[in-house]
Amino acid sequence: MFEPLQYEFFVRGLVSATLVGGLCGFIGVYVVLKRMSYIGHGLAHAIFGGAVVSYVMSINFFVGASVWGFVSALLINITTRKQRIGADAAIGIVTTASFAVGIALISRFRTFTRSFDAALFGNILAVTADDLVAIVLVVILSAVIIIVGYKFFLFATFDSEVARYYGVPTGWVDTMLSLVLAATIVVSIQVLGVTMIAAAIVIPPIVARLLTNSFANMMLLSTGVGAFCGMGGIYLSYYVDVSSGATVVLFSAALFMLVLTLTGIRSRIASARGKAASRSSLMDMESGPLH
Amino acid sequence: MLHPVPHEDTHEPPIVELRGVTTGYEGRHVLTDVTMSIAPGDFVGLLGPSGSGKSTLLRCILGTVDLYSGEVVVEGRSVTQRRPRAGYVPQLETIDWNFPVTVQEVVMMGCTMDYPLFPWHRRRGKERAARIMDRLGISNLARRHIRELSGGEQQRTFLARALVSNPRLLLLDEPTTGVDIKTRDDVMHLLDELNHEGITVVMSTHEINSVAAHLPRAVCLNGRLTADGPPGEVFTTEILSRTYGAEMPVTDYEGITIVAERPHFFGRENTRRRQRHGHNVAEKRHPVGRDNRAQPHSHRHGHGE
Ligand SMILES: Nc1ncnc2c1ncn2[C@@H]1O[C@H](COP(=O)(O)OP(=O)(O)OP(=O)(O)O)[C@@H](O)[C@H]1O
Ligand SMILES: [Mg+2]
Repeated sequence: MFEPLQYEFFVRGLVSATLVGGLCGFIGVYVVLKRMSYIGHGLAHAIFGGAVVSYVMSINFFVGASVWGFVSALLINITTRKQRIGADAAIGIVTTASFAVGIALISRFRTFTRSFDAALFGNILAVTADDLVAIVLVVILSAVIIIVGYKFFLFATFDSEVARYYGVPTGWVDTMLSLVLAATIVVSIQVLGVTMIAAAIVIPPIVARLLTNSFANMMLLSTGVGAFCGMGGIYLSYYVDVSSGATVVLFSAALFMLVLTLTGIRSRIASARGKAASRSSLMDMESGPLH
Repeated sequence: MLHPVPHEDTHEPPIVELRGVTTGYEGRHVLTDVTMSIAPGDFVGLLGPSGSGKSTLLRCILGTVDLYSGEVVVEGRSVTQRRPRAGYVPQLETIDWNFPVTVQEVVMMGCTMDYPLFPWHRRRGKERAARIMDRLGISNLARRHIRELSGGEQQRTFLARALVSNPRLLLLDEPTTGVDIKTRDDVMHLLDELNHEGITVVMSTHEINSVAAHLPRAVCLNGRLTADGPPGEVFTTEILSRTYGAEMPVTDYEGITIVAERPHFFGRENTRRRQRHGHNVAEKRHPVGRDNRAQPHSHRHGHGE
């Protein structure tokens, strides 16, 4: 358990995976409740395109990819709000186009010296101190946004028409959360990989939803579950020597199955108890006259 | 057209005023040239078939739909300038019942803008919510998920959210749809009590006899205003067929106006009865009570004696 902690790279990977997992779980609540589960997958691909563009234009990766991702998220928001286009279609159009830009550039400049394997599947060995700083900054940004905007966030996600009438700045809520989402995905790419982010965003809120009916509890639980899966996945990746994105997702999926089974059993027990209670009350009635 | 009820206190300026309002969505007109005013303390029922613009009229008073012409003034200010302070209970079908919120969390949403810069809910908001929930008899449900409520409890939860910011004007979209008769009466008594405390109530409804007939004022819509006045004057076969586009015989029973539907006989078994009644198209003030099913509410026995 403590053996891998002697390696500095492992500790760094563990801390970043825990933070990234928590971030994904946190923003995942918004994504899932807005019924845009596919957006994590789409944006990760869009941001991959942005990363290639910043590499080609030698812009800082974090800046280039974040701006690219944020703009894509805003485009998705605007498309779904203004036009009569479903969120799924908007995500498909915007993000695949951005991804295609990246692919086009890679095939145009075949002399790429950089490997994109880590970006696709996640590799904690590649997490640098700079990456960790970026992750911490995004954690702070998300914390500030949720502390200031929790009430707005809840109202706008639940019932945006009535929220708008009450004066909640619903447009701002969506913009801020798109920003957090884009930033989260950018810093998660090294750890989780483009292809694995979707699951890291969707599984924790679903697990949390199975366990609670309250919005506040779902936010806390989802963040916690995300962080726990990040940590568990990294340990798993150390022992089985598989890329970190895959182990985090496998770990989350296993947890999901476990919680699903347990809540299923719990509701079976509850309904069995209800049946037993009605049977015994029937028996009471039947045995009543005999006494 | 009938004119608005002259209110007893004519000195008080109206709380809601619509002047020649044309409104709709994406350029398509839903309501055309609506002019009406609502005095403080009024209790108004909005009637009209599906798609006639009842919900749109309520949204218009809230200032959330586009105005193509005319003006909406609430408490002396145009709604395009300032958001009106009204409690609003949306049609319950628009709610996402799987969303993870508890009753308490829904009620607290009503205080969201009372202290916008303060991140969490403050004590005074919580106390107000507790008082309202107590009054509506839902305090014991505070921690329940909204899906685990009966229709009446759901309605009261959203009513509590509307009331928590102490509005003088309450707008409700079909608050009595989809609940049983007892719950409907509970909701109506509650609204009556609030109205007696001075809150102006505007509600839409599909229930002519059991709800609208007992209100002081009924407003009929069908893309435009078709009538406005006390139910006794508004409920005539002519106005109702103009509003609903269907024959609706009207009768008077011990001073209560009763609106019936033209008898339908559904199902093969009923074919002969249909033929017997088929061409007997209702005249104005057509007597009802010929068929029990046509008038499912409490006054159905004993007319025409
Ligand atoms: N958000 C919207 N966007 C576009 N059109 C809308 C919207 N809401 C309502 N409409 C249209 O406006 C018209 C009036 O709708 P409205 O909801 O006001 O009717 P209603 O009288 O409340 O009907 P119901 O009794 O079924 O609730 C309908 O034709 C409807 O299709
Ligand atoms: Mg409606």
